Amino acid sequence: MKRRDRVLPGFGLTLGYTMLYLSIVVLIPISTIFFKAASLSWIQFWTVVLAPRAIAAYKLSFGAALAGGLIDSVFGFVVAWTLVRYEFPLKRLIDVMVDLPFALPTSVAGITLTSLYASNGWIGAWLEPLGVKVAYTPLGIVVALTFVGLPFTVRTLQPVLEDLDKEYEEAAATLGANRLQTFLKVILPALVPAQLTGFALAFARELGEYGSVVFISGNMPFRTEVVPLLIMSKLEQFDYAGATAIAVVMLIIAFSILLLVNGLQKIAGRRLMVT
Amino acid sequence: MGDESELYAFNYSGFPGAESAPTRRSATSDPLAVRIALITVAFLFLGLFLFLPVIAVFIEALRKGTGEYFAAISNAETLSAIRLTLMTAAIAVPLNVSFGLAAAWAITRFEFRGKQLLVTLIDIPFSVSPVIAGMLFVLLLGVRTPIGAWLYDHGIKTIFAEPGIVLATIFVTFPLAARQLIPIMQAVGSEEEQAAIVLGAGGWQSFLRITIPNVKWGLLYGLVLCNARAMGEFGAVSVVSGHVRGYTNTMPLYVEILYNDYQFAAAFAVSSLLTLLAIATLVAKRCLEGRVAPVKKFEQDVPENKAAA
Repeated sequence: MKRRDRVLPGFGLTLGYTMLYLSIVVLIPISTIFFKAASLSWIQFWTVVLAPRAIAAYKLSFGAALAGGLIDSVFGFVVAWTLVRYEFPLKRLIDVMVDLPFALPTSVAGITLTSLYASNGWIGAWLEPLGVKVAYTPLGIVVALTFVGLPFTVRTLQPVLEDLDKEYEEAAATLGANRLQTFLKVILPALVPAQLTGFALAFARELGEYGSVVFISGNMPFRTEVVPLLIMSKLEQFDYAGATAIAVVMLIIAFSILLLVNGLQKIAGRRLMVT
Repeated sequence: MGDESELYAFNYSGFPGAESAPTRRSATSDPLAVRIALITVAFLFLGLFLFLPVIAVFIEALRKGTGEYFAAISNAETLSAIRLTLMTAAIAVPLNVSFGLAAAWAITRFEFRGKQLLVTLIDIPFSVSPVIAGMLFVLLLGVRTPIGAWLYDHGIKTIFAEPGIVLATIFVTFPLAARQLIPIMQAVGSEEEQAAIVLGAGGWQSFLRITIPNVKWGLLYGLVLCNARAMGEFGAVSVVSGHVRGYTNTMPLYVEILYNDYQFAAAFAVSSLLTLLAIATLVAKRCLEGRVAPVKKFEQDVPENKAAA
């Protein structure tokens, strides 16, 4: 295999170009943030990272991303299941539209969701009499994050559901299981890695989301300020050291999730087709 | 969702014809009530989260009439934002697509140590928050940094100017093309290229005549995704732009400025253009998926081929 592949030219050129471009665009910029963080003293670092305003932002970010990710997992499953298993009108349109949050700029999503859920908006006007306020509250953040994370759960589950062999379900039915038992004991266990991967991808994306949240949240410190907004407000005050410290914490969390997802995909055997 | 699966679903789970068909249902389909309930839930959820916002964009944009709408999308500042958005994509997309081709060639055609690490490193920009992505370039090229100061002394402004916007966009869209091209090049295999080389073709000749035609749909697919993100990026670009009105605004940034100015109709008018772009992207994506999928599918269906090769 190895010797025969060397028939093809361009190994040095393409790998060299890949490494050069990767270094300039990604590795060097990423490393500056760690160098910058290293120039802070421990006390400086921890004072920023553990400041009450930062702690409030972590709690809100994690809570909202967790809620959004869970909502996306539940409804993402329903959407993926109906798209794979059932036939119904407008199915193709729905399948195409699931990717909308990928394609729609986040600022557009942000202002649109805000106008829908504001107290005079189409949805907000219905919820207001019920005492539910969405825009400019943590609930609004969850709504925006749910929107942003949806394609991740649907698109992770869909191919796994398509590949799921119906023979196992037939076997379960032959052996006397009813449909609910088959679903709980045969189908669901097979979907666990995909569900976890989808959730982790949605969660990671939601944790870092800025554009759609900035409009609907109201950005009040301690109440509706998520971590990316906190970093932004530090940058706007030219507090680069403070922004760096918090960014490092977020980067470490994000990379951990990336590694976790890689591990999950290995377990599920659906690794990227690269040997 | 090829024809076969539709046929299968029609015969066995038979949602459209369920009422008239004999009531015996196949063991692998769900009861009618469950089906109707799940489809209803899916419709309500997606209607609320996806369709309603799209409709709202256009209704809000046209709220003050078509005259205002066309005035909003044709004034000088909007045109300047459109120009910068197009320019940014015109630089970022070709660079990232050519990187994607090179990376996919190196990764799928050769064995080398650290390949898996390389694949993981390529994914990094996906897991970085857009705000942090923008911040990286402020830290690297801001006027108080060594590189930034040197560039500034030579009259080149990067941060709070166009070069910063382009760099941040390149970073954010970096993995998109490579991500699409790697599995496709892997699936196509290298037999044809080897044949071309053995028959005396040069490296570039074989690349242009064999590789590119083989992966052209995947290439286009990566290009479409990369372009959509490049034109729509907001967070990262927002950090490096410095909000210099009418000078360093891309369309997504200009939407924010209009909105914060309480010019809602104008904000939604510009948004409607971006929404049309998003819809065009989704349609193009779907059309290309049909052409890309058979290649990937072939790979999955015939693992023996790979083992034998």
